[in-house]
Amino acid sequence: MTKALRIPGAAWVFFGLVLTFSFLSSGFLTAGNWNNIILQSTLLLLLALPMTLIIMTEGLDLSMGALLTLCGVVMASIAVMTGSFWLALLSALGVGLIFGIANGLLIAKLGIPPFVATLGTMGAAQGLALVVTDGRSVVGIGELIPLAYSGLFLGIPIPMWLAVIAYSGFHFLLYHTKFGTYVFALGGNREALKLAGVRVNLYLVGVYVLGGLMAGVGALLMTARMNSGHPTAAIGMEFDAIAAVAVGGTSFERGNGWLFGTVLGVLSVGVLRNGLNLVGVHSSIQVAAIGILVLLALLIDALKVKA
Amino acid sequence: MNLSLPHLTTDARAIVYRLFILGLMCFTLSLVSDAFLTLNNVLNVLRQASLLFLLASGLTLVVLTAGLDLSIGANVAMSACLAGSVMKATGSPLLGVLVGLGCGTLIGLINGYFVAFLRVPPFIATYGMLWILHGLTYWFMDGQTIYGFPKEFRVIGSGYWFGIPVPIYLMLVFFAIGSVFITRTNYGHEIYAIGANANMAHLSGVPVKRRLVLVYVVSGAMAGLASLVFLARLNSAEGDIGEALTLPAIAAVLIGGTSLFGGVGTLSGTLVGAIILTLVLNAMNLLTISANWQPLVMGSIVILAVFLDTILRKRMGSR
Repeated sequence: MTKALRIPGAAWVFFGLVLTFSFLSSGFLTAGNWNNIILQSTLLLLLALPMTLIIMTEGLDLSMGALLTLCGVVMASIAVMTGSFWLALLSALGVGLIFGIANGLLIAKLGIPPFVATLGTMGAAQGLALVVTDGRSVVGIGELIPLAYSGLFLGIPIPMWLAVIAYSGFHFLLYHTKFGTYVFALGGNREALKLAGVRVNLYLVGVYVLGGLMAGVGALLMTARMNSGHPTAAIGMEFDAIAAVAVGGTSFERGNGWLFGTVLGVLSVGVLRNGLNLVGVHSSIQVAAIGILVLLALLIDALKVKA
Repeated sequence: MNLSLPHLTTDARAIVYRLFILGLMCFTLSLVSDAFLTLNNVLNVLRQASLLFLLASGLTLVVLTAGLDLSIGANVAMSACLAGSVMKATGSPLLGVLVGLGCGTLIGLINGYFVAFLRVPPFIATYGMLWILHGLTYWFMDGQTIYGFPKEFRVIGSGYWFGIPVPIYLMLVFFAIGSVFITRTNYGHEIYAIGANANMAHLSGVPVKRRLVLVYVVSGAMAGLASLVFLARLNSAEGDIGEALTLPAIAAVLIGGTSLFGGVGTLSGTLVGAIILTLVLNAMNLLTISANWQPLVMGSIVILAVFLDTILRKRMGSR
């Protein structure tokens, strides 16, 4: 029932944007352009999926963009140093894992509010990315990593595979496992969960670890696309992820979420950026537009609660 | 925590501890660098601290209500760029000042509306505002730098009265006004009450929504003022002008002992916090540590400050 009520919200935004831009730009509704939108949205989806779970626990991860950046430069640096694809990928995942654990412990064990804890780790990740690279781009990462973005498997681009696998994994995790059930309860009913003897902290840390790991996976796509590591590459990317989750109908304070809504949210952000690009709107205004999209989503959410 | 100073109130004791840390930092720095304890450097530190304090003082009110304003840095950027452009276009410092203050205040008003009336969590509302302002400012500036403002205007950032930089006077004046406001007026008491328990405050007749709007408006207006001081000191503005100020300002408030959970904190704490934070930045400068380390250091300080606050609260709770 509640699910049915929420479907229109996210879908409405999505189709509204599609409709608007198909009137505004003739190049918008072409197969090539949609291929573009979907391919570019895969990275955001990788971040938005764990962000959905995090926000469902009444949390937030502001460090995701900076962490993605850090994982990217670490991956690129290791690739340059050792020439090994797997070592590079593992180190990026390792950095993501460490930050995920750190976020989780700060929030679950120490009781620091999520937005401040991750604001702190955001600074840490951003600083480390600058320090590791001395503010410069890392180039010469070899030929294997870029394949993660441009390569095909069974005729379908590898980023698409990654996105589908990630979505299926998160869907299974959220709707078909004990972990998922607890994630729902962590937001809406944490006290009851505690009283039932569930190790709440463990699951809460787990949610942030997922965020860190997905930043590591995302770093592969990002580094592949740019064919280099750059110390400010994904600053602010967490906001796109938060926007996608907010548009997707996951609420910030009541522990309810909808994973497929996040997919629609990711596509909405992708369509908005792509459409504004086609219409020739300055990239800075695109950032502002996404901010406005978030505030609109929150406004709708607030009005719904009142109703 | 009762190892000393038993005759002081908790607030006063907190300040004494922080002053002690401050003294220790000064002592260490004077040992490490000959350049530290020169009159020029001390005045320089205080001038920088005044900018941070102006920002952090408004933020203190917000944090006292258990809120947060992540948009202050972006607010500084937009206010400074608008004020600067208006001044360049019209040549009138007064108009520039009005635009800067007006822009900051308006942003605060919108934040307040979202937080108080639409009940959007403060960190989300102001984070969204951050990116909206960021985008608009970059679009407005289009990669350009504006510079060269009227002399009368630059006084508020780089002028001296009786050998002391003007911003330091501003800091003292706003410290005095702010302290009276939060400790001696009903508004102040109501702000503390909201932070301690918004429901109770509401039940005891505090107009919670209007007071919440007020604190975000003050925070925005102070960001507008800080933007003018910053603009006057740099004598130039570009799109990223205030971005690096958000984390230090939040860190200053938290180091100053204002609790993120609301209801606890003082403006004198924030003043000491702003000076401590500026000293950290100054020390990094004197020791020629790359600015690349700055986000890492600031982020760690934020986490450390909240960590200490959480521990203290737990200890107080278990007593």
